[in-house]
Amino acid sequence: MSATVPSPQSGERSRLGALVDWIDARFPMTRMWKEHASEYYAPKNFNFWYYFGVIASVVLVLQIVTGIFLTMNYKPSAADAFASVEYIMRDVEWGWLIRYMHSTGASAFFVVIYLHMFRGLMYGSFKNPRELVWIFGMLIYLCLMAEAFFGYLLPWGNMSYWGAQVIVSLFGAIPGIGESLVEWIRGDYYISDITLNRFFALHVVALPIALIFLVIAHILALHEVGSNNPDGVEIKKVKGPDGHPVDGIPFHPYYTVHDTVAVVVFFAIFAAVMFFAPTMGGYFLEHANFEPADPLRTPEHIAPVWYFTPFYAILRAVPNKLFGVVLMGVAVLAFFFVPWLDRSRVKSIRYRGWLYRGFLIAFAISFLALGYLGLKPATPAYTNAARVFSVVYFAFFFLMPWYTKADQTKPVPERVTYHAH
Amino acid sequence: MRTDKKKRLADSGWRIVLALTALVAGAAAASEAPGGVIKPAHNDITNLASLQRGARNFVNYCMGCHSARYVRYSRLGTDLGLSEQQVIDNLMFTGERIHDTMRINMRPEDAARWFGTPPPDLSLIARSRGTDYIYSFLKSFYVDPSRPNGVNNLVLPGTAMPHVLWERQGLQEAVYDGESDAEHNVVHKRFKEFQLVQPGGDTPKEFDEFVRDTVNFLDYIGEPMQLERRSIGLRVLAFLLVFFLFAYFLKKEYWKDVK
Repeated sequence: MSATVPSPQSGERSRLGALVDWIDARFPMTRMWKEHASEYYAPKNFNFWYYFGVIASVVLVLQIVTGIFLTMNYKPSAADAFASVEYIMRDVEWGWLIRYMHSTGASAFFVVIYLHMFRGLMYGSFKNPRELVWIFGMLIYLCLMAEAFFGYLLPWGNMSYWGAQVIVSLFGAIPGIGESLVEWIRGDYYISDITLNRFFALHVVALPIALIFLVIAHILALHEVGSNNPDGVEIKKVKGPDGHPVDGIPFHPYYTVHDTVAVVVFFAIFAAVMFFAPTMGGYFLEHANFEPADPLRTPEHIAPVWYFTPFYAILRAVPNKLFGVVLMGVAVLAFFFVPWLDRSRVKSIRYRGWLYRGFLIAFAISFLALGYLGLKPATPAYTNAARVFSVVYFAFFFLMPWYTKADQTKPVPERVTYHAH
Repeated sequence: MRTDKKKRLADSGWRIVLALTALVAGAAAASEAPGGVIKPAHNDITNLASLQRGARNFVNYCMGCHSARYVRYSRLGTDLGLSEQQVIDNLMFTGERIHDTMRINMRPEDAARWFGTPPPDLSLIARSRGTDYIYSFLKSFYVDPSRPNGVNNLVLPGTAMPHVLWERQGLQEAVYDGESDAEHNVVHKRFKEFQLVQPGGDTPKEFDEFVRDTVNFLDYIGEPMQLERRSIGLRVLAFLLVFFLFAYFLKKEYWKDVK
C-alpha cells in the first residue's frame, strides 16, 4: 500500500478513529478495553478449571435475558402465577424454550459456581492478595442462593409453596425474634399472595442488581491483583522489557478465543439437558411442582432443589433445632474465612503436601455425599451417615490452620509450567 | 414473659420442619408399598394414531369430571394431525369454540359434595405423577363392597374415583398371598394378582391398549411441545458441533504464537 494514495478504507477508519477519539475524550472506553481485555495479562497456563468463571458470567447473562422475557408473561399473584407459567409453556411463542433455559440455567449456574469455587480451593486463589476477590465471590454465592430460593416460589407449584414454607420457618429457630422474623419475611401468617409478590420483587429487581454489582466488583478486584493460575505463581514478579509479565498473554484475543471453545462445549451440554431432559428426572424441575400450590396438602416428598441439599443434610443431621440452623449457617459462612484459615506458604495444590490434598478430597466427597443424603429420606442410617460427613465437612475448615501449617510443601518454581499446544 | 402459648408458637416453625422430614420418610416408605403394582406404561408419544385414540378416550370417558384447562382444542388439531372440522366433530360436544381450552361445566363445589374431593385437572397429571402411575392406577380398580363406589384402587387406596371404565374392563378382584389364621382371616397380606370376575366389553388386550392410548394422550398434553423440542434439540446440537470446529481451529491458530 502506498501512503500517498489513501484508500477509501483508511478514510473510513480515520472517521471511525475520530469517533473513538471523541468518545475517549469523554468516557474511558479505550482505556477500559485495554485494562480489562486487550492489555489485561492473564497467565498462559490456565487449565480446564479456569473456564468456569467465564461460563458463570455467560449463565448470568442468560438468566437475566431469559428472566426479562419470562417477566413479560408471568403474573406474580397466587391466583394467576401457576396458570401463567403454563401459558408461557403452551401459548407463548417459544415460551417453553425461554422457561426451560431459565430453569436449566438455575441448576447450571450452581454446577458452574461449585466447580469455580472448587478451583479456588485447589489453586489457592483466595490467598493474599486475592482475599477480596474471594469475599466478593462468596457474596455472589450468597446472593445466588437467595436468588434461587426466591425464584423457586414463583411458579407457585406445590413444591414451591412447601419448600418456601420449610426454609422460611428455619428463621423461626432464632430465639426471641424468630417468630416475628418469620412473619416479617412472609408478610403474612402463612406463605401467601403477599409473600409471592415480595419474592417476585426481590427475585427480579433487588437481587439481580446486587448480583451485577458484585460480579463487577469481583472482576475489578481480580483485574487489580491479576489472575492466579494452576501453579499459584505470581506472574507479575517476572516482567519482560516491555513491562508485561513474561508468562502473561493479553486476555483478548488469546483467552477470548480460548474461552469461546469452552462456552460452545458448555452450551452443547446445556442444550442436551434442556432439549432432552429439561426436568432432569425431577432434580431440576420437581414432579410435585407440576401441581398448583395447595396450603392444605403437602407433597409426598419434600426436598430442596439439589443445590441446597448439602446444607439441608447438615440441618437434618443435628437433633437440636437451633444448633442445626446455626450449623447450616456456619457451613455456608465458613468459606468467607478460608483466606485466613489457610496458613500454608504455597497456593497451588501442585506444591502442597498430602495433608491439604487429603482434606480437600475428603471435603469434596463429603459435600457430594451430603448433597445426595439431603435428597433422601432421613432414615436413621442416612442421618448417621450425614453426621459423619458433616464432621468431615467442618473439619476441613476448622482444622485448616493446623494442617496447612503442618503440611510438607514443595518448592514453588519461579515461572509457570507451560507446554505449548 | 413467655406463656405456654407463645412457646408453642415459637416451636411451630421447627415442628413443621420435623413433620415434613417425617413426611418425607413416611412417603418414601409409602411409595414402596404399591411398588409391585406400578407397571411401566410403554406408551409411545410419537404414535399419532394412538394419540388420536387417546384424545377420543379422554373426551368420552374422562372429561365428564376432569378438565384439561391449559389445553386448547385448536392445538390438539395441529399437533394430532386433525383438521379443525375433525376436532369439532369428534372431540367437542358442548358448544365450545375451537380456540377454547378443555374446560368442564361441573363446578368444583358440586364435585366436592358429590365425590368428597373435586376431580383434579389433568393437564399436568403425567408430569406430576408420571405415565406409569396413571397407567397402573387405571388398571388397578378392584371390587371392594366396603367402599361407597363398590370399588377400591390398589395404587391409590381409598380413591374417590369410581371405576369409570368398568363397562370396558369388567370387574376384577384382588387376590392376595398370605397365611390364614384360625378364623380364616388372611394375615401378612401380599398382593398377588387381579382376577376378572365379570368380563367387560373389551378383551384384556383391548383394554390394555385403551388405557395405554389414554395415558399417551395425557403424556402429550402434559407437555405438548415435547416432540418439537427433541427435534429442535438435535438441530441445535448439530449447529453447536459446527461452531465448535470453527472455534477450536480459531483458538489453535491464535495460540500458535504462545510459547
